[in-house]
Amino acid sequence: MAELSNAARPDGPALVDIYRRMLRVERNDDAIRAALRRGRLQMPYYSARGQEVIPATISHLLTQEDQICTIYRGIQDMVAKDMPLKPLWAEIAGRVDGTCKGKGGPMHLTYPDMGIMVTTGIVGSSMPIANGLAWAAQLDGSKRVVVAYFGDGASNIGAFHESLNMASVWKLPVLFVCANNGFAEHTRYEDATSVDFIARRAAGYGMPGFTVDGNDADDMYAHVTAAIDRARSGEGPTLLECKTFRFLGHVLGDDDFYMDKEAKAAAMAADPLPALRARLIAEGHASEADLAALQAAIEAEVADAQEFGMNSPVPSLDELRRDVFAEEMPA
Amino acid sequence: MSDMIQMNGIQAINAAMMEAMAADPKVLVLGEDVGDREGGGVTGTMKGLSSKFGTDRVKSTPISEQAIMGAAIGAAMAGYKPVAEIMMMNFTTVAMDMIVNHAAKLRFMSGGQTSVPLTIRTLTGAGWQTAGQHSDFFEGWFAHTAGIKVVAGSNPADLKGLLLSCIDDPDPCIFIEGGMTLFVPGEVAADQGPIPLGKAKVVVPGSDVTIVSWSAQVLRCQMALQGLAEAGISAELIDLRTISPWDRACVLESVAKTGRAMIVHEAVRSFGPGAEIAATINEELFGQLKKPVCRLGAPQCPVPFAKALEDAYIVQPDAIVAAAKALMD
Repeated sequence: MAELSNAARPDGPALVDIYRRMLRVERNDDAIRAALRRGRLQMPYYSARGQEVIPATISHLLTQEDQICTIYRGIQDMVAKDMPLKPLWAEIAGRVDGTCKGKGGPMHLTYPDMGIMVTTGIVGSSMPIANGLAWAAQLDGSKRVVVAYFGDGASNIGAFHESLNMASVWKLPVLFVCANNGFAEHTRYEDATSVDFIARRAAGYGMPGFTVDGNDADDMYAHVTAAIDRARSGEGPTLLECKTFRFLGHVLGDDDFYMDKEAKAAAMAADPLPALRARLIAEGHASEADLAALQAAIEAEVADAQEFGMNSPVPSLDELRRDVFAEEMPA
Repeated sequence: MSDMIQMNGIQAINAAMMEAMAADPKVLVLGEDVGDREGGGVTGTMKGLSSKFGTDRVKSTPISEQAIMGAAIGAAMAGYKPVAEIMMMNFTTVAMDMIVNHAAKLRFMSGGQTSVPLTIRTLTGAGWQTAGQHSDFFEGWFAHTAGIKVVAGSNPADLKGLLLSCIDDPDPCIFIEGGMTLFVPGEVAADQGPIPLGKAKVVVPGSDVTIVSWSAQVLRCQMALQGLAEAGISAELIDLRTISPWDRACVLESVAKTGRAMIVHEAVRSFGPGAEIAATINEELFGQLKKPVCRLGAPQCPVPFAKALEDAYIVQPDAIVAAAKALMD
């Protein structure tokens, strides 16, 4: 595995923005879980609590035109990329003002205006499509890059291997971002994966691969900056394995019986969200008052979005005939 | 009346690609061996494209059907019109997630925010002794999937016109190239343009029995026409051309006239597209049928290798004549 020769470092405003994105992800996740507990929402939910640094740092470094393809545990990737929360909440509530008119739901949220192109419920399937979007960017002569988000489990499915090979051969501007949280559903990483670090697999596809501390904004910032620079300059893709921890199991309600309790407790004690908050204060990048105001604004935004989404009408049954094809299906 | 040009299906498909790529810079080609350095496709349908339009737009790929389909889907979502070749229809099985879960569904699942205007070209058909993994007609699988159109021409003019329509269609289309249809010459108008999808063609008009077929099986139905005429049976042969969405009006109008219907396809008969068509005829024309609707298709077994078995697997012209005679009894 390679070492970065020239590590970019986030300045104060960058760290504050990364924290803002993390907090927006976490506050929204908290509200979704509360709504699920109260029975106000019904859906399978795959929380990414604990993994916020990854999408927050990446989204800070992307432009609005840059695109992402993500997976069922992917709401954090969208919220970090500043997807508006109102259509998000309407969608997860199955309402007509949802970004997908209530027809996709939490596993298929889509918002092309912010570059959120595909959310897939199939493990690994973000990668082949990200290649196609990147091929289009290449043909357009654009500097656009595409991020394919996936988990450690997806590095064992065929789509990963086909996609990395093709992206490397075609020098596609893709960042393959693996959030390695140590578990493929309930199966431990080491019981299902042939290498100690997923980043080693990059060598087999002729691209740089890095194992990054996915809970550390500095480490993420340096590696994502390098990968984006490489992609924008036409040199091709990078595989980033971002080590992190999933606080709330595979699916909400999962009792974590398969996890080592001490390891989990240690990971939660090192929660990256309060850690970055404390750092911002300690290093003088923000004051307590600044961060309290930021949190209040985010909570107000989430509350507004929830109110909007829950009060949006249910879709008309005609929607069953719409968007199957461009032309509406006959009644 | 434009000039008619004699060509085979390979040349017709090539002509469609040449025209489509010249007319619209958004049209792309990708697949195994599609570039000229690799021979322009396994049957040569893509010959000359990479030399003329460049290897950025005509890309030979690794043998990676998932990655091929993913690249086509992503490019289509970004505004291109990719024509992805999956060399043999059996190889779609290793890209089914991309085709069924993504290409076909993204428009609906995104509430119409994204669309996937791609074309999958794929070759298949029994009769070449390529056995169970290089010969299957899987049109029924795709026709059973919401969000993808299934198209199969039987002659050079239709292959050209239908392919042009697939490329321009705003939704994903799978364009099936029945091997036999590629080698039979036919007349194609010099200005042959797009042929609308979802429109069948009455190949031969008749009054006694309606025969519905598509792709290579239309050719075998045509071979049966003489035998049918000798038996005094006036058959109306319909080439469905688009299997999904299929031209119900054309088929129902014909069966309303003849009162007898036969569906002939190369795919396995059980649970095949013929069942859907037969059920629709029964629902719509129950009181007007003179006989139960007849379905001819392959037995429920993989395509065999041995020539004698393969010949027996395929619905041959004499079986079509025999079935029509039974309908007339």
